[in-house]
Amino acid sequence: MPEKPILRIENLRKSFGGTEIIKGISLEVLPREVVVIVGPSGTGKSTLLQCINLLTRPTGGRIWLADREITAPGVNVNRIRQRIGMVFQEFNLFNHLTTLDNVTIGLTRVLGMKADEARRKGRFELDRVGLSDHADKYPAQLSGGQKQRVGIARALGMDPAIMLFDEPTSALDPELTGEVLNVMHKLAREGMTMLVVSHEMGFAREVAHRIVFMEAGFIVEAGPPQQLFEAPRSERARQFLSMIARSHNGADSPEDQRGRVADDATRKP
Amino acid sequence: MNEFFIFFQTIIPELLQGTRVTLKIAGGALFIGFAVGLPTALIRVYGSPWLQLIVTGYINIFRGTPLLVQLFVVYYGLPDLGLTFSRLTAAYLTLGLNSSAYQAEYFRGAIQSVGEKQMVAARAIGMSRFKAIRYIILPQAFRLVMPSWSNEMISIIKYTAVVFLIAVPDLMGKAKMVSSRYFAPISTYIIVALIYLVIVGLATLILRYVGKRFETPGLESMETATR
Repeated sequence: MPEKPILRIENLRKSFGGTEIIKGISLEVLPREVVVIVGPSGTGKSTLLQCINLLTRPTGGRIWLADREITAPGVNVNRIRQRIGMVFQEFNLFNHLTTLDNVTIGLTRVLGMKADEARRKGRFELDRVGLSDHADKYPAQLSGGQKQRVGIARALGMDPAIMLFDEPTSALDPELTGEVLNVMHKLAREGMTMLVVSHEMGFAREVAHRIVFMEAGFIVEAGPPQQLFEAPRSERARQFLSMIARSHNGADSPEDQRGRVADDATRKP
Repeated sequence: MNEFFIFFQTIIPELLQGTRVTLKIAGGALFIGFAVGLPTALIRVYGSPWLQLIVTGYINIFRGTPLLVQLFVVYYGLPDLGLTFSRLTAAYLTLGLNSSAYQAEYFRGAIQSVGEKQMVAARAIGMSRFKAIRYIILPQAFRLVMPSWSNEMISIIKYTAVVFLIAVPDLMGKAKMVSSRYFAPISTYIIVALIYLVIVGLATLILRYVGKRFETPGLESMETATR
């Protein structure tokens, strides 16, 4: 593709104390691309996301957002983070604010938007995640799935160039993951650039353009979903993906799994 | 009984004068305590290691020594170092700084129980550390601190009584004068105790109302549980 990447990571490294969590990762994400990162826990997937929006300072390597090197010295991190949406595993909603204010507070306090303009934009984003009826509720009054959709709306409000999702459905009861995945699916269709850490294999198959398999701080294998799910080149990826498919979907074999996804696909509007 | 009411009517104007002084000192001390305690708590949580050390020392000194000793050091001791305060100033200063150490600890606890994740989420939408504290952390910390702040308020109202020992004419000071003038310590101090009780009761009610007013819907039970 001739398009320029929105996100370019070059030889990223991160250590905590003496332990190296990320051991030289290079990755590019193109505009409107959906990349899903999978891999065993403790392999640095979340740390990678935190490095990308500089919530954690990388120990080495460089990151570009569009044409801008964000790891360069003297970069205003607050400006950078405005352009990178982040969705957390545990939602991290602002508990003292209504659903609507969770979305608008960044608009008014960070972007300096006027209150009524921010409210309009906030309602638009809540509508996008299907929560316009819950604008005046507080986080403690919402279900987990609703909370996470507010989390998504809050990030969307800032009009980010890319959205990072850190296991967005892992803290949810199984029956609530669907509503969050549907919203993410919709965003992908709208052309949002997304980098998703997730174990939701159904979502990965259907929505991802590319799957990245990470283990022990490295990218072991990356490629289109068909390749990774049906003919992974590395033995580790094959083992991990078949294990995940079994435990997450209760499917006995990869065939069951494919059949289910095909069903879902035909139901798509 | 009738005699008691006549006595009550005789001494009450003077005691109310003292009550005004007590209220002023308590209010002033709580205000100073807040104005010094909140920044102290913020340094304690977010400051550099060196600042944290200094602030921790400050807190420990004021929490680790008797209030009365602090009052005497400020009023009788500091003049030796060239720092002379009026009685009232010494009262405000001592009670205020003493309260600031306690309030700092209560605010620190509240800020820490708001949690690091709220800060991370605020930074993730591009807020500066300052804005995150101002708009996300503190509004939640203030709600969480209400129960312990309410206790601090009660303590300070009662502790103001020590200032009569440097001859400040507060409620206790006036009571001392009245009781020796009329040779009626029991009746006087019972009335004084009742006045303190009424002040504390009213202040508690007001604070409870304020707390209820700012409660976050959906989190009521959690806040009541800590109360």
